[in-house]
Amino acid sequence: MAIKTLEKTAKEIVLNIQDYSLFAYRAVMNLFRPPVYWPEFLVQADIIGVGSLSIVVLSGISTGGVLALQSAATLSAFGATAITGQFVSMTMIRELGPVLTGVMVSGRNASSMASELGSMVVTEQIDAMRALGVDPVRKLVTPRIFACITMLFFLTIVADACGILGGGAVTVFMNHQDGPQYFSMAWEHLRYPDIIQGLVKPLFFGYIIASIGCFHGMRTSGGTQGVGRSTIQAVVWASVSIIFVDFFITQILLFLFPPL
Amino acid sequence: MSIDPTQTAPAAADDQPVVAFSNVTLAFDGPPVLENISFTVAPGETRILLGPAGVGKSVLLKLTNGLLRPDEGSIKLFGKEISRMPEEWLFPLRARAGIVFQEGALFDSLTVRDNVAYQLIQERVPDDVIDRRVRKALEFVELQDTFSLYPASLSGGMRRRVAIARAFIRQPELLLYDSPTGGLDPVTSTTIIELIVKERDVHHTPSILVTHRLQDAFMLCTHHFDAELGRMVTLPEGQTDPTTTFLMLEEGRLIFDGSLHDLVHSENPFVREFLE
Repeated sequence: MAIKTLEKTAKEIVLNIQDYSLFAYRAVMNLFRPPVYWPEFLVQADIIGVGSLSIVVLSGISTGGVLALQSAATLSAFGATAITGQFVSMTMIRELGPVLTGVMVSGRNASSMASELGSMVVTEQIDAMRALGVDPVRKLVTPRIFACITMLFFLTIVADACGILGGGAVTVFMNHQDGPQYFSMAWEHLRYPDIIQGLVKPLFFGYIIASIGCFHGMRTSGGTQGVGRSTIQAVVWASVSIIFVDFFITQILLFLFPPL
Repeated sequence: MSIDPTQTAPAAADDQPVVAFSNVTLAFDGPPVLENISFTVAPGETRILLGPAGVGKSVLLKLTNGLLRPDEGSIKLFGKEISRMPEEWLFPLRARAGIVFQEGALFDSLTVRDNVAYQLIQERVPDDVIDRRVRKALEFVELQDTFSLYPASLSGGMRRRVAIARAFIRQPELLLYDSPTGGLDPVTSTTIIELIVKERDVHHTPSILVTHRLQDAFMLCTHHFDAELGRMVTLPEGQTDPTTTFLMLEEGRLIFDGSLHDLVHSENPFVREFLE
């Protein structure tokens, strides 16, 4: 009995991974074959990019501020508070900016994609679209994936900038340190590999957020309860995947661009 | 398998069935929902699929235009085998068949105009042509005033009629109706049936209509659309529409295929029980 359950679960996991891989591959390949729905891309870019701007700005400023507070407290023990700027900018650009933005955007947009598409599935709107001769993956999923990749890239830049500014504000107004020193340290020690690392990650995270959100939405079954389940699964899997994939991307990027 | 997905000209010759099911079986994680189903829909024929709720009627309708795939058997739509056809090849075929879903399945973020014109918008038909054709389709279902409204502001019956207008707008070669009168009051149901009779008798579009309501099925058989009067009228006593025939499902199996006369004289106990 237990072995049967284990076998069934294992098969389900393998089947889910296979379905997700095929779904995500199809969604990407659609961009290279007409028709491409550019108006839908713009609408989604607005929803994901402009809509997520406020939470990204707020979380960026707060995180930068917290980093400055914590690092200054630790660095002062070694008489190294002068490198607070370098610490905050490195951490934000290489790691926290992309991951934090990814998790924030996933909470807002993976859930909205899953619930929107899930509602369309349970009300037969997706079937209606297929019956009318329109590919729902091409029309609904592909624009969301590319809008999410594009906008997460820019949102990460905004989060990085806000984080460094937030750290600067805390350094100057709360830690009473020198502002120009903070910003010059933040700037001078940045290398191109740091920036590349920070800007490659959101491309993967954007793809993960939208593909997982849409995948769970399109697989919704079981009415309104099913929509709720899909939404939860989308947010959980997107957030966990971001952190999990971040580990591997960081390993690869550190191998390609070893620290000095 | 040699299928030309780009071919859009009518594939069904006059004598060739528009839809042909042959030994179709489908199961979802359990016993078969449909088992060994075989029937055809000839050009100009209306097939009424009867059966109690949960017997697999809507599943059969979704198999017809490839929204679901059978586990076994063959389904031909417009003369082409679709049971194993790739999804992207199915889109042009599906576009030739109109479908009215049980609850209408209108896109709630679009206006009535954009819902009805959905296919035309995808085909990048000019706006003025779209507006003209949408108004004509809405006139057919007597909902001209809903042009700019959203589905949320329409009643259940009106939504169903908009769905019918959406299915009719491109003059499809096959119409599929999934319980078009389900959950509607008798007056609205009669309005919907009148529209279906009008489409059948004016354009002679072959169709499959799923229902569990006998009164709707019999009304389709015993009425025709009088173009001069502009309304549906009862056929003379003892006459029925020769192009309208019946199918009946019982627990996923097709137990009846024939005319109204055959149906009412059937000795099958399930058919008798259903009719009584």
